[in-house]
Amino acid sequence: MDVELLIGILPQVVIDGLILGFMYALIALGYTMVYGVLEFINFAHSEVFIFGAFVGVEIMLGLKSAGVLERFPWILVLVVVLLAGMLASALLAFTIERVAYRPLRHAPRLIPLISAIGVSFFLQDVIRLTESIWRNAFNLVYPTIESLNVRLEITETIDVSIKSLVVIVAALLMLWALHALVNRTKVGTAIRAVAEDQAAASLMGINVNRIISLTFVIGGAMGGAAGVLFGVQYGLINPYTGFIPGLKAFTAAVLGGIGNIPGAMLGGLVLGLLEAFAASYLSLLTGGAFGAEYKDIFAFSILILILIFRPKGLLGEVVRERA
Amino acid sequence: MLRLDDVHVAYGEIPALKGVALEVREGEIVALLGNNGAGKTTTLRTISGLLVPMRGALTLDNQPLAGVPPHEIVRRGIAHVPEGRRIFNRLTVRENLTMGAYTRSDTVVIAGDLERVLTLFPRLQERITQVAGTLSGGEQQMLAIGRALMARPRLLLLDEPSMGLAPVLVEQIFETVRDINRQGTTILLVEQNAAMALAVAQRGYVIETGAIVLSGTAAELADNPEVRRAYLGE
Repeated sequence: MDVELLIGILPQVVIDGLILGFMYALIALGYTMVYGVLEFINFAHSEVFIFGAFVGVEIMLGLKSAGVLERFPWILVLVVVLLAGMLASALLAFTIERVAYRPLRHAPRLIPLISAIGVSFFLQDVIRLTESIWRNAFNLVYPTIESLNVRLEITETIDVSIKSLVVIVAALLMLWALHALVNRTKVGTAIRAVAEDQAAASLMGINVNRIISLTFVIGGAMGGAAGVLFGVQYGLINPYTGFIPGLKAFTAAVLGGIGNIPGAMLGGLVLGLLEAFAASYLSLLTGGAFGAEYKDIFAFSILILILIFRPKGLLGEVVRERA
Repeated sequence: MLRLDDVHVAYGEIPALKGVALEVREGEIVALLGNNGAGKTTTLRTISGLLVPMRGALTLDNQPLAGVPPHEIVRRGIAHVPEGRRIFNRLTVRENLTMGAYTRSDTVVIAGDLERVLTLFPRLQERITQVAGTLSGGEQQMLAIGRALMARPRLLLLDEPSMGLAPVLVEQIFETVRDINRQGTTILLVEQNAAMALAVAQRGYVIETGAIVLSGTAAELADNPEVRRAYLGE
């Protein structure tokens, strides 16, 4: 076993893991915030995520066909695309809640879950249909911005592309902003209050429905941002691309302790890093017996192990009620 | 100020209130006595909008309250300290109190009210940064009352403030209830501890199986043989 090689690729693996992890973290927030207030899993969130990616790719393709994509500073393009993706996904998430979940608020638990799965399929095919009519294709590729692909050399063997740095910085900024919003503002405190006890929150004068809408909007915006970053980082998207990252982000939310916001961030990072480690090291460590294609099995085996010993998740807690 | 007339409420098919009529006047402490399941908590939950009456009139200053959502009722000046306190366990003491003032935006006055609540309950001052779930039962009750006061209510609904508390604490809580009333807040008090309730209240009502069966001044009720037998343990 070539120990030098193993250590040599480590920084690269960590960077890849962080990118993937931040992506999962951003998506996981949407699952965990909604679960926090409604104890309901929004299975349509993976489409909220990919919808953001599609809005982003459409804007970039539009700029490209207008011949101006490379003429604007890349950072401006990215900020605009990111904001547009966030806004679009936030609106979509808001609408989904109003149309498909709110009327079922007092129905048995399984019903809104089925509704969510229905919305998920519906959105996949609406995106497919729209893109098929509009572009005659639904597998779309993010146009490259040359300056984003520039690689910065950190050492002789390690380099990192500007876009990877951008993804990490953007994700960090958004996680920080969300953390500040939830923990340091009145409306953030209200979100936590509603998550804990809706009736008591309404007795404080909190409009519970408005707070629930807000959690969908915030979760949607984070999902949309993740969609754009996903497109920028990996390039190819199609209407069904959201499913797997969505499922993994949901797993990340459970791993961190579903309903727990820092937990979703941590869970996403842990899952992303595990996956990157497995992808790079499995084949090296097993002498080729297991290849990178086993990364999910490896990552999920560890998850199952963690959940066996910590069923509430890494940061999940049981708050004891006092008499 | 507050008036209920022939109010009927049901949980699904099961009737809980069958024509409750009562009145609370400005500045009073009114006690609502009754056994478990008689409809005391249901009455308070109906006033604060958590339950909607099927029929009957429910008014605050002659304005109808029935069907107004709870978060609007707080704005109209009614704060409810619910049964079991229902403080936010995962929020700090300060955050709980901030939530009490959620409907208000007058920062300076809110800061003054926070001072007032912390003067009323010095224990909360000591634990201001602590997560509320770690408080003792008595402290949680103080927090629940303090949180409601942060809304600057004109009418305070108190559901079983003495529940689960040591006798010394019960005395203290009732002393505070009297203080709050003296400072100008009208109070509707639901209590199992009838002796305490009648000691602080000016008037009272007795509710049985969803209807008011007796009413009068606190002194009259305390002298009533039926009340003495059923609620004062004689």
